[in-house]
Amino acid sequence: METLMSILIGLFFAIGTYLILTKTLLRIILGTSIISHGVHLLILTMGGVKAGGPPLLGFEEITFTDPIPQALILTAIVINFATTALFLVLSYRAYKVIGTDNTEKMRGNEDE
Amino acid sequence: MNNLLILPVVIPLVMGLLMVLFRKNITLQKIVSAASITATGAVAVLLMIQNDQDGIQTLQIGGWQAPFGITYAADMFSSLLLTTTSIVALSCLLFAFKTIGEERESYYFYPVFLFLITGVNGSFLTGDLFHLFVCFEVMLISSYVLLSLGGTRKQLRESVKYVLINLISSFLFLVGVAYIYAVVGTLNLADLSVKVAEAGQGGMLTAISLVFLIVFSLKAGLLLFFWLPGSYSAPPTAIAAVFAGLLTKVGMYAIFRLFTLVFYHEPQITHLLIGVLGAVTMVLGAIGAVAYGDIKKILTYNVIIGVGFIMAGLASMSIAGMTGSVFYLIHDMIIKALIFLIGGTIISLTGTSKLEDMSGLIRTHPYLGWMFFTAALALAGIPPLSGFLGKVFITQGTFEAEYYWLGGIGLLTSLLVLYSIMKIFMNAFWGETYLSEEMEKGSTKGIMVPIALLTGLAVLLGVGAEGISSYVNLAAEGLMNPELYIKAVFGE
Repeated sequence: METLMSILIGLFFAIGTYLILTKTLLRIILGTSIISHGVHLLILTMGGVKAGGPPLLGFEEITFTDPIPQALILTAIVINFATTALFLVLSYRAYKVIGTDNTEKMRGNEDE
Repeated sequence: MNNLLILPVVIPLVMGLLMVLFRKNITLQKIVSAASITATGAVAVLLMIQNDQDGIQTLQIGGWQAPFGITYAADMFSSLLLTTTSIVALSCLLFAFKTIGEERESYYFYPVFLFLITGVNGSFLTGDLFHLFVCFEVMLISSYVLLSLGGTRKQLRESVKYVLINLISSFLFLVGVAYIYAVVGTLNLADLSVKVAEAGQGGMLTAISLVFLIVFSLKAGLLLFFWLPGSYSAPPTAIAAVFAGLLTKVGMYAIFRLFTLVFYHEPQITHLLIGVLGAVTMVLGAIGAVAYGDIKKILTYNVIIGVGFIMAGLASMSIAGMTGSVFYLIHDMIIKALIFLIGGTIISLTGTSKLEDMSGLIRTHPYLGWMFFTAALALAGIPPLSGFLGKVFITQGTFEAEYYWLGGIGLLTSLLVLYSIMKIFMNAFWGETYLSEEMEKGSTKGIMVPIALLTGLAVLLGVGAEGISSYVNLAAEGLMNPELYIKAVFGE
């Protein structure tokens, strides 16, 4: 299971990196989104993917799933949700004001 | 257990949230924001006194004991940085009162400013790696908003790049957290330190430490500073000064914390690498600072040089080097905010940031000119001003560690810093005065107070170094002896 997950994570990172390296802002944002999914899966996998009981007191299971990675992922998802939303709004505004979503045309140092 | 520790995070957070409700009442927002930052400063000073008397203060949040819950820990290093943060933030806030403009004020400038301070204070206090990530994000999201607030072309263009860079470094941070959790099985910094010391810092852990080094280098602008000159020159002066004074310093703090508390077993790999990165950063920064003829560019490249120099102290891993780094870090926060404020004032007076288009401001603005001169000397480390002692100790540390090249590069770049900053002074303040007061685009009314405050502090920090040297020594000792931190966190 861990091997399969690792391959999947690698795939997510590859796709995300490819998208970030393209020139359109929307694709870049989608790329960051996909990498973030890869990162979340990575945290899950690193905690150990075990088929076990819930980590609750009173349950007499010998193997239980580590709850910490899940708590970490939950926090990371919320933060990533916020930053993605902000990034989308920012990019839309940048597109409106600058008049292009092509990152190639967004470089330059002209003073306004 | 010391509940005081939570206040520097809670005060700005709660006050910021409250201020969101009173969007129209700018006067109230001004008073509340200044009061909250003063209050966090007072708490930080109290913490410093407690550190001096009783050692490291800790707080186990929610009563969950150390490796299980989130720990807040304030050693002298944290408390000193907290105090400096409050002073710098307050000065920039006072500057913003006069300069930031009504439009930004009515779009939540003050609440977001307080959220930024929340993130910075939290990063300085936390003793948990994942909580550090959360505090970083609080700080970064606020900085995204502050950077893009106003929505000019340049700001939007730079914010897009800044957000993307920081998103990627946040992902890498999480990757590092995941790896270290897989290998060591804990995220509490003190617990990490114990477990890494027990298991030995093998190849795997050293590799993970380098992932963290990349992450924090991106935030601190250590070698990976390509995003910095653009994004620090886009926002208005008050915001740029806060960024220059605080944001890169938080990244540096994280590098210090991690590489003195957890990953200190393989200095010939990690710390040497930090030294090399620092040296390259200093050289590249100096080239940038000398090459450009634009005030904003020169100042941002000076920020980069400062990062490299402080890292040289860490690379030496000696008590002298650490003392120097702590001293220089405090000095750097104050002086970078100061020169950004003065630089911004010059730009608003002349209406241009190009050095060739300005001259002779000393006749119309003598105080501003001489304060800039003082700041410039302090920046270059001329005794008896604040930069001098830090420079001496860092150089001594690198020589003790036999990194002569590192100390040499540090000294050489100091000269280039002096040259680059004097270039601004000579061009902007000396020469023919052709700009009469009526022709000026802005005014210095009311903004001299924060500038004078910071200048006074820079002088005081140099002349009265004796007064805080015991605190700085304590901070450096804490950094060199991780067992003190561990003992405090586990409450033995």
